[in-house]
Amino acid sequence: MDLKEIIKPENLVYKRTECLTDKTLSYCPGCGHGTVHRLVMETVDELGIQSDVIGVASVGCSVLAYDFMDIDMTQSPHGRATAVATGIKRCWPDKFVFTYQGDGDLAAIGTGETIHACNRGENITIIFINNGIYGMTGGQMAPTTLLGMKSSTTPYGREVELMGNPIKITELVAQLAGTYFVSRQSVHTPGNVRKAKKAIKTAFENQKLKKGLSLVEIVSNCNSGWKMTPVESNKWMEENMFPFYPLGDIKVEGQLVQK
Amino acid sequence: MGELKLMKGNEAIAEAAIRAGADAYFGYPITPQSEVMEYLAAQQPHKRTGMVLLQAESEIAAINMVYGAASTGKKTMTSSSSPGISLKMEGISYLAGAELPALIVNVVRGGPGLGTIQPSQSDYFQATKGGGHGDYRLLVLAPASVQEMSDFVKLGFELAFKYRNPVMILSDGIIGQMMEKVELFDPIPRKTEINEPWALTGKSSDRKKRVVTSLDLDPYGNEKHNHELQRKYKEMEENEVRFEEIDCSDAEYLMVAYGSSARICQKAIKLARLKGIKVGLLRPITLFPFPTKQLYSYTNRIKGILSVELNTGQMIEDIRLAVNGKLPVEHFGRCGGVVHSPEEVLAAFEKIIMK
Ligand SMILES: Cc1ncc(C[n+]2csc(CCOP(=O)(O)OP(=O)(O)O)c2C)c(N)n1
Ligand code: SF4
Repeated sequence: MDLKEIIKPENLVYKRTECLTDKTLSYCPGCGHGTVHRLVMETVDELGIQSDVIGVASVGCSVLAYDFMDIDMTQSPHGRATAVATGIKRCWPDKFVFTYQGDGDLAAIGTGETIHACNRGENITIIFINNGIYGMTGGQMAPTTLLGMKSSTTPYGREVELMGNPIKITELVAQLAGTYFVSRQSVHTPGNVRKAKKAIKTAFENQKLKKGLSLVEIVSNCNSGWKMTPVESNKWMEENMFPFYPLGDIKVEGQLVQK
Repeated sequence: MGELKLMKGNEAIAEAAIRAGADAYFGYPITPQSEVMEYLAAQQPHKRTGMVLLQAESEIAAINMVYGAASTGKKTMTSSSSPGISLKMEGISYLAGAELPALIVNVVRGGPGLGTIQPSQSDYFQATKGGGHGDYRLLVLAPASVQEMSDFVKLGFELAFKYRNPVMILSDGIIGQMMEKVELFDPIPRKTEINEPWALTGKSSDRKKRVVTSLDLDPYGNEKHNHELQRKYKEMEENEVRFEEIDCSDAEYLMVAYGSSARICQKAIKLARLKGIKVGLLRPITLFPFPTKQLYSYTNRIKGILSVELNTGQMIEDIRLAVNGKLPVEHFGRCGGVVHSPEEVLAAFEKIIMK
């Protein structure tokens, strides 16, 4: 069988969603960023909002997200994505506005902007990739780096006496009156991808209600920064990240989920 | 004739913003410019024109809200004073890099550090040489009256959109706080349609997606972008130089001063004339682009220039570059909140320039 015989509509099992571009992803093979991009763009396609959505790329591995998403986008200074999104949303209150941020961006340099955008209840969606490390700059400690976890600036592991504790910013913002929907998911198995997709879709649909901010954290791998194979990194994530960053909805329809 | 009002400079900025059809203001309180946001809040601009007003959690957040709002093609502004402007600098550099129009007002106070809340002109370098990182310029307007505080808001927005570049109004605590008569311009309605071909409006099926970014990882692409920015700055130098000349036609000497210092010098040259000293005042209105050619035209006509600034000598460097060694150029100025008097300026002029 040659290629021509294989590439036929009836053989199609999977294809690029419309709003993803043809551009080759710049992410390391095995990295979760690509999957999350797809889920966000599938959501845009399913809701039919391409002409009404504006995205904000942040500074981190996903800085070039605008190359891969076929929608109007801007690129924010490091940590300021939710302030940039606030400016856009206040000017276009009926458009769908989202940020796409890493943990360094959202929970270290941008903590102030994150907390205040959440607290004001800006009607935006935050997609937050928590990989416990600074991927782009070469694997330094992030605010989310686990105790004992090695990074290029914690080569002997993170010690609480020296480097302080990892931060659960998602639980923190769930406490704020301005957040309407807060959820933590992952994309390392098909089942988890489906759950993450549902959360992301809810987070976008919520913008129509104008009841506050929706944040979806994706606990993700950084196989390069963690210096593991993709498979090892997913296993390590399950064993080490999930106990500290448990998956599931944290706040739904403005109410904290009782566990 | 437009509506006449007695107003503070800061209030004039705010009223002019609403009248200029601004779509959004984001700010953070700091003396001596807090009246801008206070006046806006009292006016309820969301009711008057639909303009957005938001007090941000910091100057950093405010300038990034400006960046977001500006990327939608809307008329956006912020105001602050020196320490706050320092915090905004990364965002201002991004605005310049991404070629976004925005208006930034600096009601300057004395520095460095927390300095003083009193007026100063010590942010001249920061305003005119870019201020943040990278090879960029702001178009800088220097009002010398409450009237110009109002007029330059309208002009500032026009220039910002003409060049797709941030514009700064470089004022100071004197002009911001003093009250004068202002003739307000008639209100311009806010834009109802966004036609800028770069603005983020949502990708409709009839056009390609739009991206607002200052990033270009390709070094050749980034160099090309830098050359394009420089071309724009050249164009500003050719078309946007503004200045005022008072008693210059027969002058044997010049004082060069902008903003509040120019007001003081206006009186100083009058005192000089009473003593028979032929001195004129050249007041740069745009600090970038600087009236370089005009200053050079004096080189074979006069004997010397005194740069009078409320700082220890910043604009003097641009004057010296302009006259290219052909004239003696000296500086006089008090600083850090101490304001020179016309008599002091004249005495310094006689001592330093006439010798
Ligand atoms: C003001 C500023 N400080 C520092 C940097 C350098 N920097 C770029 S990306 C980054 C960390 C990004 O990490 P994260 O947000 O976790 O995203 P990831 O790369 O892991 O996806 C840093 C510190 C910058 N670009 N700007
Ligand atoms: S460095 Fe880490 S986060 Fe960045 S693309 Fe590679 S695996 Fe993904």
